[in-house]
Amino acid sequence: MIPEIGFFSLILALFFSLSLAILPMLGYYLKQEVLQASAPPLTLIVGGLVALSFCILAWAFLTDDFSVLYVSLNSNSQLPTAYKFSALWGGHEGSLLLWVLVLSAWSCAVALRLKSLPAEMGDVVLAVLGMITSGFLCFLIFTSSPFTRILPDSPLDGSDLNPLLQDFGLIVHPPMLYMGYVGFSVAFAFAIAALITGHLHAQWARWVRPWTSSAWAFLTLGIVLGSWWAYYELGWGGWWFWDPVENASFMPWLAGTALLHSLAVTEKRGVFKSWTLLLAIFTFSLSLLGTFLVRSGILTSVHAFAADPSRGTFILVLLVLFIGSSLVLYAARANQVRSQVAFGFSGREAWLLLNNILLTVLTLTVLLGTLYPLAFDALDLGRISVGAPYFNTVFTPIALLLMVFMAIGPLSKWHKTQPKLLLKSITVAGIIALILTVGTAYFYDFSWLGGISVSVVFWVTLLSAKDWLQKVTAGHKGIVYRARHLPASYYAMLIAHLGMAVSLFGIIMVSLNSEQSIVRFSVGDTTSLAGYEFHFDGLAQIKGANYLSERAQISVYKNGLEVAIMHPEKRFFSTRQQVMTEAALDPGFTRDLYVSLGEKLEDNVWGMRIYVKSFVRWIWLGGLMMMLGGFLAAIDKRYRLAKGGNHHG
Amino acid sequence: MNRGLCFILVCCAFFAFQLKAEAGDWQSFSSSLHETRYQHLIEELRCPKCLNQNLADSTSGIAVDLRHQVYQMIEGDKTDQEIIDYMVARYGEFVLYRPVNNLTTYALWYGPFILLLIGGVAFFLVIKRSRSRQGRRDS
Amino acid sequence: MARVLRFIPLLIFIGLGSVFYVQLDKNSQYVPSALIGKTVPEFTLVDLYSNELIRNADLPKTSYIINFWGTWCPACHIEHPFLVALAKQGVTIIGIDYKDEAVAAREWLEEKQNPYQRVLMDELGDFGLDLGVTGAPESFIVNAHGVITYRHQGVINASNWQEIKRYLNE
Repeated sequence: MIPEIGFFSLILALFFSLSLAILPMLGYYLKQEVLQASAPPLTLIVGGLVALSFCILAWAFLTDDFSVLYVSLNSNSQLPTAYKFSALWGGHEGSLLLWVLVLSAWSCAVALRLKSLPAEMGDVVLAVLGMITSGFLCFLIFTSSPFTRILPDSPLDGSDLNPLLQDFGLIVHPPMLYMGYVGFSVAFAFAIAALITGHLHAQWARWVRPWTSSAWAFLTLGIVLGSWWAYYELGWGGWWFWDPVENASFMPWLAGTALLHSLAVTEKRGVFKSWTLLLAIFTFSLSLLGTFLVRSGILTSVHAFAADPSRGTFILVLLVLFIGSSLVLYAARANQVRSQVAFGFSGREAWLLLNNILLTVLTLTVLLGTLYPLAFDALDLGRISVGAPYFNTVFTPIALLLMVFMAIGPLSKWHKTQPKLLLKSITVAGIIALILTVGTAYFYDFSWLGGISVSVVFWVTLLSAKDWLQKVTAGHKGIVYRARHLPASYYAMLIAHLGMAVSLFGIIMVSLNSEQSIVRFSVGDTTSLAGYEFHFDGLAQIKGANYLSERAQISVYKNGLEVAIMHPEKRFFSTRQQVMTEAALDPGFTRDLYVSLGEKLEDNVWGMRIYVKSFVRWIWLGGLMMMLGGFLAAIDKRYRLAKGGNHHG
Repeated sequence: MNRGLCFILVCCAFFAFQLKAEAGDWQSFSSSLHETRYQHLIEELRCPKCLNQNLADSTSGIAVDLRHQVYQMIEGDKTDQEIIDYMVARYGEFVLYRPVNNLTTYALWYGPFILLLIGGVAFFLVIKRSRSRQGRRDS
Repeated sequence: MARVLRFIPLLIFIGLGSVFYVQLDKNSQYVPSALIGKTVPEFTLVDLYSNELIRNADLPKTSYIINFWGTWCPACHIEHPFLVALAKQGVTIIGIDYKDEAVAAREWLEEKQNPYQRVLMDELGDFGLDLGVTGAPESFIVNAHGVITYRHQGVINASNWQEIKRYLNE
């Protein structure tokens, strides 16, 4: 009975969200305030109903209700409780419910903070969010209900969650990722509302910025978590594969980054208005596209969902409805918003324009590489693959170019900068960066591309540091005072930019300075790699909650001192008859030791892969810094003050 | 470092029988250049029957076989291009993660740089227009 | 001019949408063989029963199926009865015992009946490699001119046979 309530509450939610999509919009056109004012309560009701059905599904998982088909396919009575909960989004149906939950959570957040907006704008925003929610609720209810039952012959036990997913990564990665790319729906809704109402002024950008920044920060975190999870779970130590599913989350990130910057210009200077609108539409469209690519099974991926063509058709219809109609609206109405401010080559506007152009080119590059095989096949030219070698060749130089400009932008002033001042800092930083690179090249072996990347890292760091120093030393009040009184949004920018440099440094080091070895390893043997001695101590059989494990013990020495004891495992999950490799990691600030068990060759002899990964943590550390920057930007005081400004109605 | 053993350690049950033979007659690389080339090639070649994995990462039987083939061809003094041609003749261009550069892939290889060019032109146009607007206002 | 430019995103999206629409019906895992339209590669293999060396010239002159199998392959057990039925209908099948041992192969065929006109031993899998085989079972359709017209990965069964048959009769 309870699962039926869950399903029923989804249907009710659809009913209310359809009203939300229609009534305020009708109110806006008929100038009926009563209808418009229905938007916030309707949003909250939809949010409550979706949350209720989410809780009911969670309950079904936690109580092992295997009469629910989705539960029986993705859970098992032996599964540890934390994984029973996260198994909720381990498959297509449940993760779609999570998608809708996150969407309605963002909508509710908008509804609760509506006071700062003029009534007509806020209600139209909620109505647009209501349309998106309705679309996805239809998708959920008509093609992918997680509440379908198998009655009366319900199974005694479930067929278990895929062992790859029985991990901490599944608990945190999908919710954060969805918070990110579903969060861009808010910026999208604001853009559509601006097109419909024709109001796009500095104030508009001021409202949208915190929503976009926080969505971007969540997406950054989601991608970082995904990369880290793949690194330790898949067992071969890669952290980014340029897989279509990864690209699907990376594209909205790139476009969202462009959007953040273009919003800044629109807010401060009132330029790029129509471009900002297009970017907001583009970013969310890429989120939707990602959802389509991941769930339709149109592309092959290591991270694939079980795909079903009928679902693919349904999302394609949604895609066409949302993206198509918003682009039509854009084409028809964008000429209403005009920019009036002038700027020259040296102004900050110009640098941010350059940033937007480069980020857009990068986004389109990833899009091109991801979809090229599809278009190729659609034109009957055959099947080709576009993978990491392509992206590394094409994406890297453009990304480096972006980072070169990224460091200059913050030094410039709005409207116009004294070219002399700019030139001086740039030359000095450039020379120091080159010297430092030559110095680093003395210790590490670099290719020319590696050398350029390293100098970009120094370049960004130096110029950021210089800018900060200049800001805190100007005036009389003392460094500490000034450092504390720089706006949060300035620190947000600084930290995020430095985060880019930190990530890039990690990427360079891990790809140029890592060592790996694939060995036939017998108990008692020692092998050495990159100055570390790995000693195979022995093997043990371990019984886990729902698996049996063969566990090796390896102690690692450096210069005769013990550094770590590592336990790589092979786990056998009996329910699914599946073997999982559980790599052992010894994380460190400058290096990770990584041991992964291969096949058992003989008694007490195993094939193993051993890696020493240089500075790999820095990749994610930089990502976390970017995330922090995003959140700092979202909570900047200026946006909270804006609340007192324009009251509802 | 005996990289060749990775063939053995990543095999799946289907090919278990054939491993014994391989483990026995396995030889290591004759030079470190061969080893580097081997590593590079198996990272650029796609496993023809996997969900988007290269030969280096895949544990499927066919990936094991193809890695072995790459090893033998490298040790048999074949050039990288000969090895790639050999694979393409049997498995199609699908196995290349770095698509060949020909008429059908120009858009893929040069597209991003053409976009960059268009972006550059757009940059100058926008600034020029903005300046002329400034000029009008000043006069 | 600016008005026209604003329609570009929409046009690109329409293009992408049509690509997606076309691709939705296709099986994204299906990769066509690189050997379609080509003749069977040169080979010299030993016949399982006669122990003679068999070359291209000894292949049938009518259309036929080349079927890769092995006693170690679980799916081949499932496929086998259907192949036996096909052989009884008069379909010519050449079996390639892929990465297998002759003794085990003979036992298997004795126990389950032999649907093959000939069984050739490809112990090391070299012939399989030349044909771009990715696993077993895998089958190739060769027409009367000796040209490969189709490749099927996985088990041949009643549901996909109708499609495969078309290529055989081409």
